[in-house]
Formats: sequence, structure tokens, C-alpha cells
Amino acid sequence: MDFLLWVRGPAFDVAVAIFVIGVVARLLEILLLGRARSYSEPKGSQVGPGFAEIFKRSVPLPDIVRRGAVTLVGGYIFHIGLFVTIFLFVPHIEFINSVFGVRWPGLPNPVVDAVTVITMVALIVLLVHRIIQPVKRMLSGFEDYFTWLVTFLPILTGWLAYHRVVDPYPLILGIHILSVLLLLVVLPFTKLMHTFTVFISRWYNGAIYGRRGVQS
Amino acid sequence: MVDSITLGESLRRQGVSRRGFMKFCAATASMMALPPSMIPAIAASLEKARRPSVIWLSFQECTGCTESLTRSHAPTVEGLIFDFISLDYHHTLQVASGDQAEAAREAAMHENAGKYIVVVDGSIPGPTSNPGYSTIAGISNYDTLMETVKGAAAVIAVGTCAAYGGLPMANPNPTGAVAIQDVVKDKPIVNVPGCPPIPTVITGVLAHFLTFAKLPELDSLGRPVAFYGQSIHDRCYRRPFYDKGLFAATFDDEGARKGWCLYRLGCKGPMTYNACATAKWNLGTSWPVESGHGCLGCSEPNFWDAGGFYQALSIPTSNVTRTAAAAVAAGAAIGIAAGLANRARKSASKAKHQTVTVDQLGEG
Amino acid sequence: MSSLTLERGLHDFKAAIDAPIASFFSSCVHCGLCAEACLFYVETGDPKYTPIRKLEPLRRVWEQEYTLFGRLKKLVGLSKAVTDEELEEWKELLYASCTMCGRCSQVCPVGNDIAYMVKKAREGMVSSGHAPEPLVGAATRAVKIGSPMGVKWPAVQNQIKHVEADTGLKIPIDVQGAEYMPLLSSMEIINFPEYLGALAKIFKQAGITWTLASKAFEATNAGHQIGSSDIERELVVRVVNEAERLGVKFVIGPECGHAFNAIRWDGPELIGRPYKFRVLHIIELLEQLRTQGRLKVDSKVTERLTFHDPCNMARKSGIVNEQRNLLGMVATNFVDMPDNGIHNWCCGGGGGANSMEEYEHLRLKAFGVKRRQLEAVEPELLVTACANCRLTIEEGLEHYKMEIPIAGLTEMIAEHLKEDESAA
Repeated sequence: MDFLLWVRGPAFDVAVAIFVIGVVARLLEILLLGRARSYSEPKGSQVGPGFAEIFKRSVPLPDIVRRGAVTLVGGYIFHIGLFVTIFLFVPHIEFINSVFGVRWPGLPNPVVDAVTVITMVALIVLLVHRIIQPVKRMLSGFEDYFTWLVTFLPILTGWLAYHRVVDPYPLILGIHILSVLLLLVVLPFTKLMHTFTVFISRWYNGAIYGRRGVQS
Repeated sequence: MVDSITLGESLRRQGVSRRGFMKFCAATASMMALPPSMIPAIAASLEKARRPSVIWLSFQECTGCTESLTRSHAPTVEGLIFDFISLDYHHTLQVASGDQAEAAREAAMHENAGKYIVVVDGSIPGPTSNPGYSTIAGISNYDTLMETVKGAAAVIAVGTCAAYGGLPMANPNPTGAVAIQDVVKDKPIVNVPGCPPIPTVITGVLAHFLTFAKLPELDSLGRPVAFYGQSIHDRCYRRPFYDKGLFAATFDDEGARKGWCLYRLGCKGPMTYNACATAKWNLGTSWPVESGHGCLGCSEPNFWDAGGFYQALSIPTSNVTRTAAAAVAAGAAIGIAAGLANRARKSASKAKHQTVTVDQLGEG
Repeated sequence: MSSLTLERGLHDFKAAIDAPIASFFSSCVHCGLCAEACLFYVETGDPKYTPIRKLEPLRRVWEQEYTLFGRLKKLVGLSKAVTDEELEEWKELLYASCTMCGRCSQVCPVGNDIAYMVKKAREGMVSSGHAPEPLVGAATRAVKIGSPMGVKWPAVQNQIKHVEADTGLKIPIDVQGAEYMPLLSSMEIINFPEYLGALAKIFKQAGITWTLASKAFEATNAGHQIGSSDIERELVVRVVNEAERLGVKFVIGPECGHAFNAIRWDGPELIGRPYKFRVLHIIELLEQLRTQGRLKVDSKVTERLTFHDPCNMARKSGIVNEQRNLLGMVATNFVDMPDNGIHNWCCGGGGGANSMEEYEHLRLKAFGVKRRQLEAVEPELLVTACANCRLTIEEGLEHYKMEIPIAGLTEMIAEHLKEDESAA
């Protein structure tokens, strides 16, 4: 079908270009602001604790687990599920291999299928929570709901394509790929950029407190 | 030349038993997903069917479609039915040549006006292309086609070239090739794609027309749903391996030898609609996947440009690596410019800072 | 006409934004977990106190000035400018309901250091004329008089006389070449003068040379609290000049949270060079002396006690084990509260919050978390190492009619020193 060929061809190119340009430009935009030199006597190092924080920050404080349970559990299920659906599904691994030349074994398709459903459920729960929980509701605006949709659509359409729910298959596969292209194009200009900046912000946090000798 | 004997008469003369004939009708019914109750109707129709005139036009084609069809020819009923159809014009099979052949075509058109079937294989250079790319008897394919279909009852585009443009239309399309349905707008068209199509699919369409005097139910790409309604993926015997995540990585590895799914080796089964997985080829001997090679997607439009035959369906056709590399450079340029501009703006703000004193705070 | 303008404030916002802040704003996904760590939200349930929301004016400046996309939006008129009305509304959020305790910074899943950003945002609040009145008053007194509570050297000398009488020990003043120069906070001078006596006793036993500086006795840095680096610098420089003039090796921060923060971490950045001396928190020094065997006690506290870790000491400077080791030496029945050490809940009075009378009700409400921590442990005595925390907690306990005495750690150690070595 021409539509499928278009999304796999020129549209893909354009979307990847915008995505890469956007991400690289934004990272440089952030990093080049720099940081003032520190003259105070350090109590600990920065680099090691900086990198350590990237991992340690994934472990929540016990009372936060209690108070923020829905956000935490939903968030983890979503992120882990997303990781599985994207990186452990063989057709996706083939794509990554074609671009980066690396590959790894995938999970059996029915497993990915089940994880995809769980991921979608988590996303829906998180959306409802965002609407009804007072803090999140106050913090959220158009961007939050738009990025939710842009994240949800690839997962939904991918699942629909896998199950061949829509006929003909090239149409639904094309829609799935198009939804991914939309996600790529939107990512650098929204909070979805955290995909990349989270490593920077966690590093800075670890570095700042590491320098102060705080053992977290 | 039109003969006046019926199909039934013809078959009997050739020594085909009633039993054999009924078996063919049953097979045809089942192929077209018709219930067994239709078999007598098929038999009755075919029995009485008069040999309709068929004009077969071959344009920018490789003759593979004809080869496929006639290769399956054996003392089988399909071959005999073909005998029964009055094949009044066919480059490969006709006895006449040159002006004689053209005259035969025109005569058939004139005598059977409104009732003859045009079968086309091969694509044609479009109306805006140089007609010299493909001519017969000095006439452009386009002119021949438009003239011939004027009095046709229906047009059957056999093979992906005729149905969708096929190989000649593939990038960079030097001859400006188009599909039959791109230029013929006022006649019923059935697309029977494949590179080549399965023989029994062609005869099935013809049998449908002979039986019901109308063309079979078609999908959104003009293909008979009976034969093209299911994807290869949904009928593939290797599907359990796809589902379990067992894929052959190379053509001779352990997975390949064990008959695992060929997705990673470029099989386009998921997006391809054809009957190969059930009807198979060479009288049901085998088909590409069973032989260990991924489906090329040859019954789909633009399958030649749909990414490499050995690249999985999930791999884009564009050169993403090259695009990404260029984008990194562009992004770096933009980012550095933006970053330096940011720094300049920050320095400017710092320079504009006026020292805060408690006296100032006192005034405010 | 005031020289504090919105334009000045916006420039200071812009100047305060650096790569860490840009990465923080880029990473925030509006998950709201920072609110769950903030005592002001947790106890009031009012989402307006959500920590990251406190930074909204700064965030918009960042977006509109330092992101290509944001500048584009500004060009086409799709962005909201920061206004005086908004900053006035944000005064409560950035000052009264934030002590810069850093718990939110600890909890944010993407690693945002929100407390860091609050301090930086205060720069713009000050120069645009939106700093709270009580803090302006404290800063003015600190700069003009020498102490935010208006304590002048003569008042200190008076306290010194009492301390010398009580302890029988001489308090050294302006001694050139002394090893250690302790700083005092106004709070201690006025409310907890026993602290100075405790220092005298301990330093005698440990046999270290020390001195107060008459021109730089005040540790409290009102500039740090109001969030103006200019004022913070002016106050720090007084200490640095004297310390370097006297040639001391160490400046000792008192039991005061932000004062330690200001002299230990901010000072060198403000003057643009390293000090010629080192800075220690008094508890750090005591722990050093203990490990060197120069601190000896001959009696212990037997009451069931717990420790409140001041935010600036534990979470912001990593001083956690020191106090526990010292308590191990001088107490027999120490029990930690849940959420202790760097996870401790703020007392609610730091960062200048305490000086805002108008918001006392908010602080008392926020004290609920501290209440629950104490109720979980039911101590007979609460020990801490920050005079401000002590005061704030005392107020809170009184309000909730909880009878738990509070003691400062340094004083407690001094009380139990081996007698024969501390006599004159």
C-alpha cells in the first residue's frame, strides 16, 4: 500500500531528522549554559556520585512508596512495559539492528503482547489519576495530556496491528508507524525530553550532593 | 474463432469423465469459499458455457504470468478449460503472427463486441510517456489497450505488473509505467496480482465469470477476496514459530533448518495477501516459505520498492543511519549556536545586575 | 521611586539559571511526587504548595529565554510573561512555605534539585521587591548592626561575662593565630547562651586553642535566607576577613543550619576564591575530637532520647553519623525516629520561614509530621544541633501540648565531661 510505503520511507526520514536535530540541539542548549566553578572545599567527589545517582534515584524512599503509590507503581509498570514492548519485540529489534548494527534476543511474542496490554492499562490508570489527584491536576496542562496521547497511540496501534484487528494490515501497520513518527517529532519539544535529560538531571543531583559528602 | 460447442461437449470429446468434471467443480467451489450446495450450479453453468472470446494483451511483461499458467498445464481440467475459452489473441500461444495476428484480434473484437474478455499482463507506459518504450505493430501499448477494451465485457489484469505497475514501475520507473486500472476507468477490472499469480487463481476467476456472468467479490485493491482475502501470515504453517519468537537468523542456521519463521530474513508475509500458503505452487508441491525463503510480497503494489527482500518488514526503506548522522551534525550546529546565544544572554543579564543593598530593600 | 523593579528581578532570574536548572526544568514530568515529600503539602493537603510549582516564574523565564522552542512561542505571542502580581503571589510559596529543606530534591524521580532552584529564584524575588518584609528587616539589621536580631558586640560581651562566671573559664577574644574560631548565631547568644560555656569546657578538655572574633561573631546569614547573594556575600566577607586576619586554621559553624550552609558552601563561591582556612560544623569538630580520644565523659544521659537531624546539617552537608557517634558516647538509650538522618522531616522553621509571624499557622500545621515522628518513638528527651530547629520545635511542641524537653548536643556533651579535666 502506498501509505505504508510512505510512512516507512520519506515520512520516516523526515521524522528521524526532526527528532535527532531536536534532541541534539536541546541537549546542547541545556549543557552549554554551564555551571559556576566551585571554590568551596569539597567533602566528596562529584563524578562518581553523579553517575551513581542515575541508578540510585530509581529506588524511592519508603514513605514516598506509601504516599505516591499510584504514581510510582503505575509509572514503573508503564516504563518497564514500554521498554519491553519497544526493545524486546523482535520486529523492533530488527529495526534497531538496521540502524545501529546491534541486536539481542527478544521475548516470545505472546509475552510482549501481554506486557503491552498491562502497559496500556497502567497508562490509562495514570491518566485518570492525573485528572483526579489534586497535585497532578494542578500541575497538568495541555502538554501533559497531549504527550499522554502521543505516548499511548503507538502502543495501542502497535497492539492493534499485531493482532491484525484492522483490515487491511498495511493500513494499521502504517498507522502504527505514523503514530511513532508523531511521537518522535513531538519528543524534543515537550516533557518527553526527559527520556534523555533524566540522565543529566540525576547526574547533577548526585554531583551536587556528592560534593557535599551526602551519602544517599 | 468462435466455436459453437459447449464446454460440457468439449470435455466429453476429450475423454474427461463426468466424475472428473464434478471433482473440478467441487475444487473450484471450495477454492472460492462457496458452499457445496453451489457445486451443481457451477456444474450446470460450466456444462452449458459457450466459449467466450478472450483477447490476451501482453505489454511490458516478462511472460512469467503466461508461463505460470501454462506450466501448470498437464492433462488437467484447467488446461482443458483453457482450450475451451476461445483464445483469440495471445502473443506467446497464438499460431498467427504479424498482420494476421492483429487482424484476428480486430475480428474477435468486432464479432463479440461487448462480450469478450480482455486479459492483460505487463504494465504500459503511461499516456504522458514516450510511446516508443513499448509498441506492438508500431502502435503504443496505451493506444492498443484503450482501443481493445472499448468493447470488452471485463478486463482481467493478470500479474502485478498489469495490476499495479510491477517491476517496470519500480524506482526509477524509466518508462513511466502505469497499471491498467490507472488508465482504464470505465470497465470492470479484476486484478489478479502475483509475480506470477498462482495458476488456479487465474482459472478460478475465469470459472467464476463463466459460472455467474459477473466478476467475483473484490477487495479494496480490486483483487478477488476468495483468493486474496487472507494474508500469508495468517495462513502460514510457520506462524507458531513467529508467535513463539523462534526466528531463523540466516539461511542455513539451525533455525532455518528447523523451519522457523523467516521474519528476520525479510519475509513480507504479514503485509501480503495471496493464496500461496494454502493453494501453494506446482500443483500444491510447495511455496516460497516452505522452501525456506521469505515471501517477497509479490502480489502487493510497489513490492519492489518496499525495502530489501532480505530486510525485515519493520525496517524502514529510507536510509535512517545516514539521515540520523546528518541530523546529528545539523542538531549540533543549531544547538551550539543556541547554546552560545544563551550564554551571551545570560552574561548580558549578569552584567545588568545591580548590587542589592539593604537600603534598596528598605525603600521597596 | 524604588530601585527594585520587575526588570531587575527578571535579569536576576536569567542570571541565576544554569545548566543544572535547565536540565531540571526539561526533565520535570509533573509526577507530583515532590509534593509528597514536602511537609507543607503533606500536612495541609493544598496542592499550591507543590515544590516544583514554586518555581513556575523561574521556569517560564527559562523557557522564554533559554529554549529555542520557548523563544519561538514568545515570538508568536503564545507565552505568558512573568508579572509583579504573580511574583507577589509567589512570595508565600517561595518563602513562607519553603525552608529549602531539600526533601523534594531527594525524592524527585528525575533528580531535580528543587531546593537549589528555590534559592536561586529568591535572587529575582529580592531585586524585584518581592522579598518578605520580616526578612528584609533581618537583613537590614544584619548588615547595619551586625546581627539580624540586632545583637551587638556589647550584648555578646555581657553574655560572655556570665559564661565566664558560670564556668570559671576565660573566653578568648581576637587571639591572633588561634587554631579554631567558632561563630555564634544570634539565636544562641540570646536564647541558648549555655552553648558558649559548653564550647569553653570542651575546648579546654580537648586542649585546643580557639578565639571569638569581636568583629565577626555572627554566624547567621540573613542574606542566605532572603536569597540575595549580594547581601549574603557582604555578611560572609566580614567573617572571612577577620578569620584570615587572625590567621585561624578553622572556622567553626555553630549549631545553626543555614549559617553553616552559608559559610561552608556558599562563601567561597560568593568571594570567588577558596578560603585560607577550613570550615567545620561544631558537631564535625566534636566527632573529630572524640575519635582522637580528646573528648571524655564520665556520666551519661539515661533518658530515652532521639535526635532531630537539621536539614542543613544532614541532608545538605552529609553530617549524619557524627552526631550518632557522639550520642553513643554520652547516652545509653538512644533511639532513632522513623525517617531519620538524611530522610528527616524539616522542623518547618528554616530558610527564614521562622521569621514570618504571619505564617505561623502554616508552620504549626506543618509541624504535624514532626509530631508523628516523635509519637512513633515517644522520647523523654529530644536532642538536636540547630538553635533554630530547637526554637521551632519548642513552639510546635507547646502548641500541641507535648511535653518533651529539647537539648542541644554540644551542651549535652559539655554537661557530662569528665569533671577533673574541665576544672579551671
